[in-house]
Amino acid sequence: MATAAELSSLAPPTRSQPVSRWRKFIGRKSTVGVLMCVPLLALVFGLVAYPAAYAMFLAMLNKAETEFVGLDNFFFLFKRDTFWMVVRQSVMFALVAVLFKVLIGLIAAHAINTIPAKGQRKWRGMMLVPWVIPPALSTLGWWWLFEPTYSALNWLLTAIGADTIPWLSDGFWARVSVILVNVWVGAPFFLIMYLAALKSIPEDLYEAAAIDGANGWQRLFHITLPMMRNIIAITVLFSIIVTFANFDIVRVLTQGGPRNSTHLFATYAFRVGIESGDIPLGAAVSLFMFPVLAILAFIILRNVRRRAMEL
Amino acid sequence: MASTGNMNSETAAARSRTRDRRWALIMAYACLLLFVVFFLFPPFYMLLTSLKTNREIASLSTNPWIIEMGVTFTHYIDLLTKTAFPTYFLNTAIVTLCVVAITMVFSVLAAYALSRLKFWGAGVLATGIFLTYLVPDTLLFIPLFKIIGGLGLLNSKWSLVLIYPTLTVPFCTWIMIGYFSSIPRELDEAALIDGANHMQMLLKVFVPVALPGIIAAMIFAFTVSWAAFLYPLAYIYSDSEMVLTVGTVTTLIKGDVFHWGGLMAGALLAAAPPVIIYAFLMDYYIAGLTSGATKG
Repeated sequence: MATAAELSSLAPPTRSQPVSRWRKFIGRKSTVGVLMCVPLLALVFGLVAYPAAYAMFLAMLNKAETEFVGLDNFFFLFKRDTFWMVVRQSVMFALVAVLFKVLIGLIAAHAINTIPAKGQRKWRGMMLVPWVIPPALSTLGWWWLFEPTYSALNWLLTAIGADTIPWLSDGFWARVSVILVNVWVGAPFFLIMYLAALKSIPEDLYEAAAIDGANGWQRLFHITLPMMRNIIAITVLFSIIVTFANFDIVRVLTQGGPRNSTHLFATYAFRVGIESGDIPLGAAVSLFMFPVLAILAFIILRNVRRRAMEL
Repeated sequence: MASTGNMNSETAAARSRTRDRRWALIMAYACLLLFVVFFLFPPFYMLLTSLKTNREIASLSTNPWIIEMGVTFTHYIDLLTKTAFPTYFLNTAIVTLCVVAITMVFSVLAAYALSRLKFWGAGVLATGIFLTYLVPDTLLFIPLFKIIGGLGLLNSKWSLVLIYPTLTVPFCTWIMIGYFSSIPRELDEAALIDGANHMQMLLKVFVPVALPGIIAAMIFAFTVSWAAFLYPLAYIYSDSEMVLTVGTVTTLIKGDVFHWGGLMAGALLAAAPPVIIYAFLMDYYIAGLTSGATKG
């Protein structure tokens, strides 16, 4: 800051007339505003917008990137069973995981909001642990819990007399496992959001309801949930994006296996593009996420704007 | 007569309310206990494993949920003395510090401009930033692989310093716009009358007043770059440039000896810095996060 002030005070004496006009231009609010946004603009255009456009170009090349093949990569994917499995699994994964995250978030937030205020911080803190640990590392712990020979979860199942579960080696259970870990990682985020929303509901609404003799369920369905509608919508849309585009958990836990049954768009694109070295095909796979994300982003944006106008 | 009947029904209602209340409390604590067990047992089990001897980890006859054959710290000591783990830790620390610094400069400047200096296209730009925040890394890692390669930064931690801000700057700018907008305009008018330029006003008025928001944004940037996994997995392959997340997940697994103790010790040590930061600054972060989402 000091250097900026020094520089501007050093500049004037050289050429008086044009410099003062230059200084006027520089000092204008809008010029300063644009200048201050230059680093951000460079980042967004250079490392987000340009790569996104470049991805579309890449996806239309052949494997050696020597020839333009149009939409052949996309048509090639349409003919592969694995690709359709990836589509199904990505959609299922996102929807089921988000559903459970919402439910756990709502129940846990409601439970915390019910207990006396002085204990709330402690309980909330304990429940946020999964959200704080980098997902790639906590998934490593889950991987060890699922490990076939030594699985501590199967040990518990045996202890209560139940059958053991082939967590990661069976297609169905592997899908359950990746969803379970995703819910474990993501639910605390919903808890925080819903707890903040619960606390912002005016207390007199509940008092009025109590005078009218409303019971707990009526209060939940006629006050709490309607008041939280907006935040639930935003968190759900937002989380579908993040979950749909997930990479870490599946990559560490199953690497897409067994027999590609747990691949998501991101892990499949990594397998095809980076590991098998077919960069154009990998770019094509990841581009399939784009329409879904664009639609969700559009809905979120409408929601955000409407609420910004309400303020 | 009528009044006493009314009184009776009122006390009955009050009594049923306290009964409701007690029942609600019991249910709440039961739920919380269940959730806390669900949320905490994996890290707990990781900690147990990291403290067990290899003999006990390999034994199938012991109860995996307790330590029966004594506590050992060899996994931690080996990790720090016999593996590249300290290098990974240092690399992650360097990358994270650079990314946090870059993020704060970029986003505080842009947020000030967007919330105070009305210029043509500011509204569109704010919306665009929000959209950028919604673009996941998994959509861009393949073209960025080519771009990083073209810049000659493949297998260099500086590629991460270059790319991570795309993950952090948009959301941090978004948070900071919210905080800056909530600062009363009288404050900057007073400063402008005193002859302050925009840079002085930003650093002497806005940054101190919006400090909670700045802390929240810094924690966000720190968390994201500490935990990032896809970009280093795709772009970094040698030990000397490797970061913690990928190093722990890939290289530590490769040993042919029984490695679970060391692996869990590595995961816990790698997760320690964010966990410690959250333990102290959680409230700032949650305030920033929820205001960012609800004000939006």
